[in-house]
Amino acid sequence: MKKLLSILAVSVFAFTVNAGTLDDVKNRGFLKCGVTTGLAGFAAPDDSGEWAGLDADMCRAVAVAVFGDRSKVEFITTTGKSRFPTLASGEVDMLARNTTWTISRDVNLGFEFVGVNFYDGQGFMIPSSLGVSSATELDGATVCIQTGTTTELNLADFFRLNGISYEALPIETNDEGKENLFAGRCDVYTTDASGLSSTRAAAADPSKWLVLPEIISKEPLGPLVRHGDHQWGDVVRWSLNAMIIAEELGVSSENVDASKSSNVPEILRLLGVEGSYGEMLELAPDWAYQIIKQIGNYSESYEANVGPDTPLEIARGLNALWTQGGILYAPPFR
Amino acid sequence: MNDITETRKPPVATTGILGWLRMNLFSNWVNSLISLFVLYILIQFIPWILNWTIFAADFKYNFNGEEIIDRTMCSRVLDPENGGACWAIIYVRFYQFMYGFYPRDEVWRVNLSYIMLAVAVVPLLFDKFPFRKHFLKFTYVFPVIVFFLLNGGLGLESVSTNKWGGLLVTLVLGCTGIALAFPLGIVLALGRRSNLPVISMMCTLFIEFIRGVPLITLLFFGMVMLPLFLPEGINMDGLARVLVAVTLFQSAYMAEVIRGGLQAIPQGQYEAARSIGLSYWQMNLKVVLPQAIRISIPSIVNTSIGLFKDTTLVIIVGLLDLLGIGRGALADTTWLGLAYEVYFFVSLVFFIFTFAMSRYSLYLEKKLKTGINMGAD
Repeated sequence: MKKLLSILAVSVFAFTVNAGTLDDVKNRGFLKCGVTTGLAGFAAPDDSGEWAGLDADMCRAVAVAVFGDRSKVEFITTTGKSRFPTLASGEVDMLARNTTWTISRDVNLGFEFVGVNFYDGQGFMIPSSLGVSSATELDGATVCIQTGTTTELNLADFFRLNGISYEALPIETNDEGKENLFAGRCDVYTTDASGLSSTRAAAADPSKWLVLPEIISKEPLGPLVRHGDHQWGDVVRWSLNAMIIAEELGVSSENVDASKSSNVPEILRLLGVEGSYGEMLELAPDWAYQIIKQIGNYSESYEANVGPDTPLEIARGLNALWTQGGILYAPPFR
Repeated sequence: MNDITETRKPPVATTGILGWLRMNLFSNWVNSLISLFVLYILIQFIPWILNWTIFAADFKYNFNGEEIIDRTMCSRVLDPENGGACWAIIYVRFYQFMYGFYPRDEVWRVNLSYIMLAVAVVPLLFDKFPFRKHFLKFTYVFPVIVFFLLNGGLGLESVSTNKWGGLLVTLVLGCTGIALAFPLGIVLALGRRSNLPVISMMCTLFIEFIRGVPLITLLFFGMVMLPLFLPEGINMDGLARVLVAVTLFQSAYMAEVIRGGLQAIPQGQYEAARSIGLSYWQMNLKVVLPQAIRISIPSIVNTSIGLFKDTTLVIIVGLLDLLGIGRGALADTTWLGLAYEVYFFVSLVFFIFTFAMSRYSLYLEKKLKTGINMGAD
């Protein structure tokens, strides 16, 4: 009892000043960022206990924007169910946790999605030996599918639209789907494309497995903050946008110092050489420079965490810049 | 002299290993068949398991003698036919499995806490321990010391519970849950049997409500709903919220276990205690509870083991206990697909703790001579 009481009394009550989130974060001295409990390529602790991944980089980018220091962030693990209450109660300042942007989450739950850092979508994975190159050729296949998810409904819609029949093998978890597919109990496994890639990477011989090109649902994943604090929403939104714009402009962590003497006006604005964009956001003038210097541009983060050179081997696809066949697009920096 | 019959040894067939085998494994043809079948399975599997976990396994280096830094260097990935377990994932992440994300410079505090846990608990468990009385004084202040040691304060750098993880979280949850639930459970059990209707009803309501919902529900309640009841701007630590939920849950179960023990005490014991003028508390503390708890030991240990394993559920509220750290390791692209190793290791750690608990309860039962022969010998 003694222990419980002392825990209750001493550590638990952390009083926060009732001001804007940005001021709270600055006063606290570090950012609290909600991530997954572990998802390959997006957020997972590495061998030394550092969080790594596309979402972890998003958190770090915001920490750099505010403090100029990529280590000023505390990662708080959340699950699919606990993530929204954790954000709503103010335990975290933002979520970067593979969260699909939907109307109900944006409007009804009282959150604000500030952008998209990964365009995901439901896909199909098959053994290459099946000799199929398109999902429309899957007539009569046995499909492993997680029950009670939107994936199940998407699948039914897709197969009905294309007039093909299938047999569903209901499973509960991703691991179960993996085991069933590898054991040949189903011909096809369907879930989000990023999940398929990590399943494929975990196979004994990944080359024996194929992810089909069809993507049958929209799953835009992005960071989100609480409704009503627009100043803070802007900080997170433009931390993400700065990384995308940097890629558009060809500014990377390697050439960012040289780019300071570039003659492209937008680069100079982005790096804080011209204009007072940092001041508008109540950040340091070189906030975006620091993000690019310490985290890198979007492409660098993508390539390091989920890109073709990682075990996940996820091609840029939809996540390529709008100028390169994808739909990644950030408003202009002016 | 010659009249005295020479003492003869018992028949060979009933003594020694042979006799034991005959008595226990081959007493009739059904048992013999089953024994042979089990023996066959053991012969088939034990070498295979030993080979996979030890002889063909990689610990730090693979079969080429290279230090393993990712899954592609594991022998079993390079050579799926012959390679055994790839323990390198445990080896390089051992720190995380033991301490979570606790800062490395401060880790002596966790180690010291583990040592102090042993010093505080071992004298409590064995009454022949030398200088036991003095050690027990330490046991009482131990929770306070450990709280400040792990959490920070009193000149130590504060370490947020977000950074706690692995075995540390499992032990904190398990030990605190078991230690706090025991006294709470006794109070609840006595309360439920109380003659005062208000107390009895409140205790019954509490116990039935808590037992009526799964632990997951309570964890969610602690994690999701508790913050809504607290005034805005006050955040209760995540681990503390889970501790509250776990303790409430365990105390309800403990209460029922102890109530079972209380009900087994004959009415005569109560009456005898009353007749020599003992008060309610004297009666319970000196006469009834010592007997009741003694016969409840197997069930108390049973629920404690259950709780220890249930702590793995905290992953659903985002705390990374031993199992959570294991899953995190599997989500690292460096180590994708080494699930067998991680789950094997995690189960082994849990087995060590729960097996120790169950062995201790057996020892205690023997020492206190509980069970059906109680009082007869």
